[in-house]
Amino acid sequence: MKKIIDLFRYSQKSAPYVFLFPFIITFGVFFIYPIIDTIVMSFQKVAVTGNTFRGLGNYRILMNPVFFKALKNSAFYTIVTLCLMIPVPLVLAAMLNSKLVKGKTIFRGMMFIPALTSVVVAGTIFRLIFGEMSGSFANNVVGFFGYGPLIWLRKPVTVWIALFLLCLWRWTGVNMMYYLAGLQQIPSDLYESAEVDGANFIQKFFHITIPMLKPTTIYVLTISIYGGMSMFTESYILFNGNSSTNNVGLTIVGYLYRMGWEQNNIGLASATGCVLLGIVMLINVIQLGVNGAFSKRNAA
Amino acid sequence: MNKRKIIPSIVLYFILCFTIALVLLPLVLLFVSSLRPGTELMRNGLNLSIDFATASFKNYRLLFSGENSYFTWYKNSMLITFLQVALSLFLSACVGYSFAIYEFKGKNFFFSCVLLLMMVPTEIIMLPLYRLTVRMGNIDTITGIVLPYLVIPMLIFFFRQYLSGIPKDFLDAARIDGCSEYGIFGRIMLPLMKPSFAAMGIYEGMQSWNNFLWPMIVIRSSSHTTLPVGLAGLITPYGNNYDILIAGSCFAIVPILILFICFQSYFIDGMTAGGVKG
Repeated sequence: MKKIIDLFRYSQKSAPYVFLFPFIITFGVFFIYPIIDTIVMSFQKVAVTGNTFRGLGNYRILMNPVFFKALKNSAFYTIVTLCLMIPVPLVLAAMLNSKLVKGKTIFRGMMFIPALTSVVVAGTIFRLIFGEMSGSFANNVVGFFGYGPLIWLRKPVTVWIALFLLCLWRWTGVNMMYYLAGLQQIPSDLYESAEVDGANFIQKFFHITIPMLKPTTIYVLTISIYGGMSMFTESYILFNGNSSTNNVGLTIVGYLYRMGWEQNNIGLASATGCVLLGIVMLINVIQLGVNGAFSKRNAA
Repeated sequence: MNKRKIIPSIVLYFILCFTIALVLLPLVLLFVSSLRPGTELMRNGLNLSIDFATASFKNYRLLFSGENSYFTWYKNSMLITFLQVALSLFLSACVGYSFAIYEFKGKNFFFSCVLLLMMVPTEIIMLPLYRLTVRMGNIDTITGIVLPYLVIPMLIFFFRQYLSGIPKDFLDAARIDGCSEYGIFGRIMLPLMKPSFAAMGIYEGMQSWNNFLWPMIVIRSSSHTTLPVGLAGLITPYGNNYDILIAGSCFAIVPILILFICFQSYFIDGMTAGGVKG
């Protein structure tokens, strides 16, 4: 008996699978099974008395204006956050990386502080900053420029200002840190030889910094798409629950939550999940195809 | 510094300081407002005005008085964070180690699974996961919150990266000395991984401490509520809890801020891990 145990303890054949075991279990039980379950349920009418197959019925009901509004909101949020969350941190990181700036650590640390707050706390702060009353900070600011108090969180345009500022506030520091790490890996002789050739700092920025930071940009792009498409908590806190006036802040995950938990329509919620899964996988495939990261990662 | 560089550096400092001011502004607003009475907060939201006649730490005294469940939430959040960090670090380290050190059948397949797990937002499978948790009888328990997130793909990826730099002869030497495969992991590898545990512990700790949607779904009773879920529950249209909400939000940031000031580089390493190396 002891011999068998020893054989097992010293076996290099079985050890990797033993170490892998926690992953295999979690992957199967908490990922593959739920994915299959959600796909199956999206074709069913789910009830306590038993599930009945209803074909594409859920998907047909899903094609309604509210769902499209949620889809549009999520897509819009993702695209605009990409347009904000890549250039702003990139420029800030480049400035901070400049030889002219002293006290980098302090600047860096302070920029990072918002990332430490939870979405709930950050959302609460922004909800109260963008309060409807004339005394709220956002209304103080527009009041200073002579505009009347706005009902920020109920109008389509101002809602997005609040959401984007919240995102910008929480994530600029983190993305800036990615770019700072990327900047440190650019060999300095590139800049030196550019200087010899008489390039100014704008030329250096566009012809050396941005191309050399491509891997970082791809990474930031990936996590921003992921975060944007699955955004829920920000809107949940900002609008004090999942229902906003005219669904101005409803996202896909918000719609899934509304169907699954608030209206107990499991089939429809599953169909929503499947559509989101399809979108995410499509974006991933396109992105990996364009950037060729898939082959590179597998080889590594 | 020569004259030519003075103006650009002034401009740079100006822009950076301005950005920092904008970044810190919401937190200053939060703190200033936490000194105002709750009813006033309800009427005005957050702003910078401070009236020294009424400013007081009354909200904090209320918070610490124990007449609300704030510290129960705090305790729950700390317990869950601790459990989640300890378990996920260990288990993900095992998996990452397996990928980094061994050659085995199906390695590429399993690693593709890790990447797949990384790409799919967990919000998509929230509903079946919830139904599974109900069936397992884990609703409204800490197990229910922690169990689905024990092996974190991000951590596996990071540990694999970290360990792949270790020379294999090192392992063979240990094997010749009669160390078993698990002894190598426990006695040699785990101590070697300490620096990466610090960074990844902070990464996972922040995720767990700030997690909102999943705990909100799983928790039913107020005695199991976590801090973010509890705080979110205080936001009501009637504003009767704003004194605790604001003071509580402030106090939720403080411990992390202190940790951050002490271990700044670990925080930044942890939360930005996987950036360029991936």
